[in-house]
Amino acid sequence: MPYLAPTSAADALSALAAGGLRVVAGCTDVYPSLRPGDTLDAVLDVSGVSEWRGIKETSDGWRIGAATTWTEIVRAPLPPAFDALKQAAREVGSIQIQNSATLGGNLCNASPAADGVPPLLALEAEVEIASAPEASTRRVPLADFITGVRQVDLAPGELLAAIHIPRDATGGGSAFEKLGARKHLVISIAMVAAVIDCSTSGRIAKARVAVGSCSPVARRLPALETRLIGLSPDDLSDATLEDPVLYAPLAPISDVRGTDAYRRDAVPELCRRAVRAACVED
Amino acid sequence: MDGRPTEPGISFTLNGAPVHVSVAPGERLSDTLRERLEARDVKIGCNAGDCGACTVLLDDAPVCACLTTAHQAAGRQVETVAGLTAADPRAQKLARRFEAHGAAQCGICTPGMMVAATALLRTTETPDEAEVETALAGVLCRCTGYRKIIDAVRDAPVRGEPTAIPRVDGAAKTSGAEIFGDDVAPPETLEIALVRSPFPRGAFTFGELDYWCASTPGIAAVLTADDVPGRNLFGVIPGFIDQPVFAVGETRFRGEPVAAVVGAPSTIRAFDPSTFPVAWDEKESVSDPVEACADPAPRLHGGPDGNRMCRGFVACGDVAAALDRADVTVSGRFTTGFVEHAYIEPEAGFARLVDGRLEVFACTQAPVMDLDGLQEILGLEPTQIRIVPTGVGGGFGSKLDLSVQPYLALAALKTGAPVRLTYSRVESMQSTTKRHPAQIDLMIGANKDGLISGMAFSGLFNTGAYASWGPTVANRVPIHASGPYRVADYRAEAQGIYTHNPPAGAFRGFGVPQSGIAQETLFDELAEKVGLDPLEFRLKNVLRNGTPTVCGQVMEAGVGIAACLDALRPAWEKARADAQRFNADAEGPLRRGVGIGVGWYGCGNTSMPNPSTIKAGIRADGTLVLHQGATDIGQGSNTVISQIFARALGVDLTAVQLVGPDTDVTPDAGKTSASRQTFVSGNAARLAGEALRTAILRHVNAAPDATLTTDRGQLTVTDAAGSHTIDTSNLAPDADGFVFRAEESYDPPTQPLDENGQGSPYAQFGYAAQIAIVEVDTRLGTVRPVHIVAAHDVGHAINPLLVEGQVQGGVAQGLGMALMEEYHPGRTENLHDYLIPTIGDVPPIDTLIVEEPDPHGPYGAKGLGEHALIPTAPAILNAISHATGVRVRHVPVTPARLRAALKEAGYA
Repeated sequence: MPYLAPTSAADALSALAAGGLRVVAGCTDVYPSLRPGDTLDAVLDVSGVSEWRGIKETSDGWRIGAATTWTEIVRAPLPPAFDALKQAAREVGSIQIQNSATLGGNLCNASPAADGVPPLLALEAEVEIASAPEASTRRVPLADFITGVRQVDLAPGELLAAIHIPRDATGGGSAFEKLGARKHLVISIAMVAAVIDCSTSGRIAKARVAVGSCSPVARRLPALETRLIGLSPDDLSDATLEDPVLYAPLAPISDVRGTDAYRRDAVPELCRRAVRAACVED
Repeated sequence: MDGRPTEPGISFTLNGAPVHVSVAPGERLSDTLRERLEARDVKIGCNAGDCGACTVLLDDAPVCACLTTAHQAAGRQVETVAGLTAADPRAQKLARRFEAHGAAQCGICTPGMMVAATALLRTTETPDEAEVETALAGVLCRCTGYRKIIDAVRDAPVRGEPTAIPRVDGAAKTSGAEIFGDDVAPPETLEIALVRSPFPRGAFTFGELDYWCASTPGIAAVLTADDVPGRNLFGVIPGFIDQPVFAVGETRFRGEPVAAVVGAPSTIRAFDPSTFPVAWDEKESVSDPVEACADPAPRLHGGPDGNRMCRGFVACGDVAAALDRADVTVSGRFTTGFVEHAYIEPEAGFARLVDGRLEVFACTQAPVMDLDGLQEILGLEPTQIRIVPTGVGGGFGSKLDLSVQPYLALAALKTGAPVRLTYSRVESMQSTTKRHPAQIDLMIGANKDGLISGMAFSGLFNTGAYASWGPTVANRVPIHASGPYRVADYRAEAQGIYTHNPPAGAFRGFGVPQSGIAQETLFDELAEKVGLDPLEFRLKNVLRNGTPTVCGQVMEAGVGIAACLDALRPAWEKARADAQRFNADAEGPLRRGVGIGVGWYGCGNTSMPNPSTIKAGIRADGTLVLHQGATDIGQGSNTVISQIFARALGVDLTAVQLVGPDTDVTPDAGKTSASRQTFVSGNAARLAGEALRTAILRHVNAAPDATLTTDRGQLTVTDAAGSHTIDTSNLAPDADGFVFRAEESYDPPTQPLDENGQGSPYAQFGYAAQIAIVEVDTRLGTVRPVHIVAAHDVGHAINPLLVEGQVQGGVAQGLGMALMEEYHPGRTENLHDYLIPTIGDVPPIDTLIVEEPDPHGPYGAKGLGEHALIPTAPAILNAISHATGVRVRHVPVTPARLRAALKEAGYA
C-alpha cells in the first residue's frame, strides 16, 4: 500500500474518498499507538497540504489550519486571548514533539488529556470538516466534535481541515494551568484554560473556563463562568470557587496519575490560578 | 531492514550529503537512518517520543526520528550527531565541553542531548538556564542528573583538580560512535520476537508449532523450552537459580516468555504475537507479599516456606529491654513502590557462531556471569562461548541479570545464522528486574539525651516471580537498616517474598534505599521528641572509628560519616534559617523545608568472595596495554581503573591503551555492582601496576623510586644512577604478545556472618549525608526540590569529576524514587506513564567530597555508586515534613498522596 503525501486539499480529499487510508500528520500519536505487529502503511500524510497549514486572520476571526504545528502556534503573533493556547503548546511533550505535532492531530486523537482542547474550548473554537468534493465543508463547535474518549465526529471520507476562532472570543487575557507530577513531558493530572475579560474596572466581565483530564472530553464550566462575572481577581477566595455545583460537568476518575478526589480538590485551585493569571495578563 | 514492497525511494540530505533510499510506507525515519543508511549514531530508547534519544535535526528543527516518517524527510536536510560533530564547529566545541564536564556518562542519551543543544546554540549563543532547560526537556537522561549537561551547554567553569580529568572514552559518546547493544548487528540480520504471557499467571498449551513455523513465510525457527539443550533455568545466586528461559506449562508473571520466533526483519516487525499458536488459561495470581504469605495463596515455587523465599537477620544486644528503657520511642509502617531502572537503552544484543563457537555481544554489567549462565542453559563448555560486552546505555543493577542473551544464543545455535534481539521499551519494562517494593515496620527508641536505645526492624520485600538478587536484598538490608549509627540493641529481619510480579532484583542500593527511608525519617521524629536539631541528633549517634556496627564489626579507620555531617553543617544552618524566614513571610500556599538524610553502604559482596583480576603488559612495539574488565556502564571504570593503574605503574594516563571486558582476552574483574569496581578492581589494577613496575625496574636494576616514561616503543627508566632505555622490540614476547606483563587479583577481606548476623560482612563502607531543600505547594500537594547539598566520604577521590557525576546521578534517581516513580505491572510500561525526572526536575546539586582514607581501598578510595542514591529520598521526605509538618510514609509522594495527607492535617 502507498504512502501518499499530497500538497493540495483536493488531492488529499479525493485520495481519502477512495478509502483504505490512515490519515496522519505529525505522527506523534500514531506511532506510539501501534501495537506489536502493527505497521503503518496505507498512509495519507496531510502534513504538507498547504490549505491546512498556517494561521490566518479572517473577517470573522482566526483560521488555524489543522496541520499547523504547536511550534507555529508558539511563534505566531496572536492576541492575548491565545496566550493559554500558546502556554498549552509549550506543554505538548517537548520541543521535538511541538515541531511535528499538529493541532488537528491533537483534536482528532481525542485524548481526555489533550493539551490543546481546553484552551480551544475557552476560545469557543469551531472545527472545519472537509470531504470530497473539496467544496463540501461543514463547521461544528469543538465541544460537539469530540464525542468521547478517542472518538470524534468524522464520517468516512471526512477529515479535520481547520480550526476557527470567532473574533468575539478573542478579547481579554488568558492563561493555562497544567498539573503534573513532573515538570516536562508530562500527561496532566488536570489542566485549566481560562479566557477572561476584565478590562473594565478590574472586574470580570466575560469568563470562559475549560478543564481537561477530568472528564472523558474536556469541558467548559458554565456555572463557574457565570459565578465569576462581576468579581475582581482578588475576590476569588476559597469559598467563592469551592462550590461543587460549579464543577458539575466534570467526572474525574482515579488512575496512575492521581485519584478522582485529588482531581476534584485541585481543579478549583487551578481555576483560581488560571483566572487570576488571565486577568493579570490583560 | 524491512523487506516490504518499496516505492521508488526518497531523496534527502543526510549530514550534508545527498542520499537516495528505498523505504517502506510508514517507515520511521529512525529505522531508515539506522538500518538503511548506517547512521547508528541515532539511538532508539522508546520509539514513542518519550525519551528523545533519537533526536535529529530536520531542516534545523529538532524532531524525534522515531516519530517522523521517512517520507517526511524527503527533499529536506537531516542532521545527526555524527554529522554535527564532524562538521559544525558549534557542535564540536559543545562535544569538548560535554567531555570536560562529564555531561556524558553512559552516552546513550548523549546524541539526543547534543543534537537538541546544538539546535539551541545555533539560535542562542549564550543561553540562560531556563532556555537550556526548555531546549533539552525532551531528552531523558538517567545517569547524570542533568546538571553537568546544563553546565556544558552553558560553558560553565570546570573543576580544577589535576585528577578531575575527562573520562577516557568520552569522545565516542559525544560523537555517537560508541557501539551499544543494538548497534552491532548488520542490517538484514535475523531477528527474534518473544511470545510473552498476557497474564500474571497463565497456563498455556501450544498448537502445532512445527506446522505454524513451516507455513508462515519468513519464519526461520520457533524456540520453546524443548529447545533448551542444557538447564532451562537461570539466576544469579547459587541455590536460587529458579527462572526459566521459557516458562513450562504455566507462567509466573505478565510478560514472561514462553516461546521465541526467529525470522527475517520484515517478518518479525510485522509479527503479531496474538497470532502465535498458543492457548491461554488465566489462573489465580497473587501480587501482594502479605497476601502471598497467607495460607490459601497460590504458591509460586516448591519449598518448605511457601512463598517466603529467604530471610536475612541481624541481632545484637537486647532490643526489647532497650526499647523498654528508652525515654521516647517512635514507630511506623513504611511502604515503597516498584521502581524501574529506566535506563534509556533497552536490552539488546547480537549473536553469531564463529568456527562453531558462540559469540554473544550484548549490553551487560557482568560478562563472566553471563558466560556462566549461558553455559548451563546451553550445555556447552565455557570455552565454547565468548561474551563481548557492548557499550551499556545505563544499567543500575538490572543488566546484571541475563535478559536477551539466552534467546540470542539459542537462536544462533538453532539457525546457525547471526541473530539480533532488542527489547521494545514495553518488553524491557514488563520483563526485566525492578527495585523491590518494601513494607517495613520499624520501631526506634532513644533516651532523653538523644542516644539511640533499641531498634527493631522488620521488612517484607516483594521479589516477584523469581529470586534474581532478592536474597542479596534480604541479606543486605538487616546489615544496613541501622544506618551508620551506633545501635547496641538491634534486631532486624528482612524477608524476600515471591509474588506473580516481574522479578525484583538489583537496583542501586539493593534494598538499602527502602530501609533508609524508614530509618532516617523516624530519626527526625526522634530528634524532635528529644528536642535536638536533626543534624546534631545524628552526629550524637553516628559510628566513629572503633565503634562496632550492628554486626559487631569494628572499623579502626575510615569511618567518615561524622565528617560528612560536619561538612554539611554550614549549609544546613543557613538553609534552615532561610526556610524559617521564607515561611514566616509566606502568604500563599508555598512552604519551604530543609531535610537531611544519611546513608552508608558496604562495598563488595556480603561476606562472600568477589575477586577482581587485572592484566596488563607492554607489547614489543612498546604499547602499554591494560585489560580492563570492570564493565563501564557510564560510571567511569574505564577511566578510574586506568588512573589507578597508571598511578601505580608511574606513567602518564595517556600512555595506557585499554582492552575491554571481552571474556576471550580479558580476565574477570567481576560484576559492576555493589559499588565494588573502584575498590576491588581498583586494588587489582593498583597491584597489577605495581607488579608491572617492579618487573620493568628489575630488568634494568633501577631504584624503586625511578621514573618511567614510554615514548614510541621505548621505555625509559630514570633513577639517581642514570637513565636506562629499554628497546622493547628486542625482547621476546609471550603468547599474549607481552614483553613485560603483570596479572594481579584482589579479593576484599571479609568474615562470614553467624546466625545472628555477627561478623565482618564488608571490608569497606562508604558514607553519605545529604540536605534537600524543597518547596511545597500545600494547596496542590506538589513538591519542587530547590537545592541539594551532598556530602560523600569517598576515602580518596580518584577522579573528583566522576565522583560528582555519580553523586548527581544518584541524587536524581533518589529524587525520582521519592516523588514520582512507581511501576504498576500492565499500566506503566512506557516512559510517559512511568515518570522519571526530567531536566526541569533536578535542582542544583552541590557535591562536598569528604576524604577519610580507607585502609583497604586503593590509595584510600571507597566505592560510591549506591551511596549517592540512598540519602536523597529520606532527605526529601524530611524536608517535606519540615515545610508542612506532614509525614508521608509511602513513596513516591505523589501530588495526590501529599495533598491527601495535607488535608488530613488540616491544610485548606
